[in-house]
Amino acid sequence: MTTPPSHAEPISQTVASPLPNAWQWARRHLFPSPGHTVLSLITLAFLLWFVPTALDWLIFSATFIGESQADCTGGGACWLPISQRIEMFVYGFYPDTQEWRVNVAFALAAGLFPLLYAKRLDRRWILAYLAALPFVMWWLLKGGAGLPEVSSTKFAGILVTVFLGVVGMVFALPLGILLALGRRSSKPIIKMLCVLYIELIRSVPVITLLFMASLMVQLFLPPGVFIDILLRVLAVLILFTAAYMAETIRGGLQGIPKGQYEAAKALGFSYWKTMGMIILPQVLRNTIPPLLTQFIGLFKETTLVMIVGVLDIVGIAMSTTAAPEWLGLEHEVYLFLAMFFFVICFALSRYARHLEKQLERSRS
Amino acid sequence: MSALPQQDTAPDCVVRIEHLDKWYGDFHALKDVSQTVAAGERIVICGPSGSGKSTLIRCINQLERHQRGTVEVLGEILDDNVKRLERIRRSVGMCFQHFNLFPHLTVLKNCTLPQTANLGVPQEEAIERALALLDKVQMREHANKYPGQLSGGQQQRIAIARALCMQPRIMLFDEPTSALDPEMISEVLDVMVDLARDGMTMLCVTHEMGFARKVADRVIFMDHGEIVEQAPPERFFHAPSSPRTQQFLNQILDHGVTRA
Ligand SMILES: Nc1ncnc2c1ncn2[C@@H]1O[C@H](COP(=O)(O)OP(=O)(O)OP(=O)(O)O)[C@@H](O)[C@H]1O
Ligand SMILES: [Mg+2]
Repeated sequence: MTTPPSHAEPISQTVASPLPNAWQWARRHLFPSPGHTVLSLITLAFLLWFVPTALDWLIFSATFIGESQADCTGGGACWLPISQRIEMFVYGFYPDTQEWRVNVAFALAAGLFPLLYAKRLDRRWILAYLAALPFVMWWLLKGGAGLPEVSSTKFAGILVTVFLGVVGMVFALPLGILLALGRRSSKPIIKMLCVLYIELIRSVPVITLLFMASLMVQLFLPPGVFIDILLRVLAVLILFTAAYMAETIRGGLQGIPKGQYEAAKALGFSYWKTMGMIILPQVLRNTIPPLLTQFIGLFKETTLVMIVGVLDIVGIAMSTTAAPEWLGLEHEVYLFLAMFFFVICFALSRYARHLEKQLERSRS
Repeated sequence: MSALPQQDTAPDCVVRIEHLDKWYGDFHALKDVSQTVAAGERIVICGPSGSGKSTLIRCINQLERHQRGTVEVLGEILDDNVKRLERIRRSVGMCFQHFNLFPHLTVLKNCTLPQTANLGVPQEEAIERALALLDKVQMREHANKYPGQLSGGQQQRIAIARALCMQPRIMLFDEPTSALDPEMISEVLDVMVDLARDGMTMLCVTHEMGFARKVADRVIFMDHGEIVEQAPPERFFHAPSSPRTQQFLNQILDHGVTRA
């Protein structure tokens, strides 16, 4: 064994067995100074206490299988309100025999991600998939045209959350693009309308807009005409997210050099062809990471619809904690909720990070 | 689509500029400029920085709108008619100082997209034409690379090929070599000389006086938004009539900007 190097010595020793290496690493990163050392020790102590305790409560002493709260005897978490009601959490009140439709809709939504990864695929296919997705999802869930109809009052749980998130994103992006282009338009009326819209929406809390959608829209419609509440809150989420996306995309548009427009013009591209073939592909490529961040925001904001009576996953969670047989298990239910959102949003944010890295690499 | 109406006036006049005035805000950038360009003519435009050279050639494809006078290109007067303008631009190629290739497209796609999108050329034909022209500028083996992976000289040659893919009748060059490292200038100039030998109508803003001597039919000297002097290269370089031209020539010849 070599003697451990003193503080001043550089740590570039050539002979190195794994143990001194780990020790050197720890010295350099965990204990470089007395202050750091104290902080590191406190953190380590906390982790040593917390991780086993948490794991024990969450998993080792927890109860996963059983019928009712009486089966929860392990002293750990009681996951029965979730495992017993998992169908409720995922499908809401959707008829049992039709649940395959929800599964297909989920699969189609999840299919977006491999599609975005596929580089060799023609962009037109991806666009067609994106454009068709909301309508196919709505048709699958709602029925009609060959499928038995299901009332949207039966929609609840993850089904609502995923539907609002995915369909909201698919519509918000093109609307955001149009708003961003409108804001840079040379036509004063179009420009003014877009600026007005973007600034207005961005300065009102989304809750207010949701209440307006649930209470006020009906006042303006002729009697007898009724728009599904789910679609109304969906519209609010789309209009809201689009205003923010418009600002992101506008930033991206500003980053495109003037020469790109000039070259396109000089080659005889029309305005829409310039935008669609030259400018927007570059802008979208550069703004994928912030746009995905906005999608994460949208996904979390879908939980607000609960306030106007649409039962998303949070609504189901609340009704579960209020049910007499699961009384007192709020911790587990809300922890489950947090984990659900964490897993999805964290995966999305990792994906955004991955894309960012890829872009950095392709730029250099 | 690329068929153009026959000019009825002077049959070989492809650009006719009359009493052109251009302002940027209050700044008078072009002052009552008149000029005609005959088919097959090769013109080099030079002059000090800020004299309006770029502005003049950018008026020919209307990247800059003028306020007064007429610009007639290939027999059509350019006005607010956007469709006509787009049609004319497809027959007027342009190369820029900073190449302006589309960075998100491969070299080949840079050359085929304008054809398929704007001329309605079928994909296979567009590829064939693009490869032939890339071959001509000796960039065929780089067809599947992205512009960011290539040197400035290579990018500029691709930009020329891209413009030629549209089968233009006129080519405009705005200082195509002034953003290039010295060792790359000649590879671009070689391509331009070839193009001139093929009989292309060219208007080049450049300070490459060697190029002007070699291929130009006419050299135009601009200063303060005006055409001060124009003459065949022989007379322009050896017996300029205006003292301003003389002074300009002395300056650039002293600093060795010329290349044979
Ligand atoms: N977009 C613009 N807005 C305002 N002024 C402009 C603009 N473009 C050019 N100018 C001005 O017009 C004058 C002529 O510009 P132009 O680009 O035609 O000059 P140039 O002869 O090409 O010069 P250089 O050799 O530097 O390229 C310059 O004084 C310039 O400052
Ligand atoms: Mg210039």
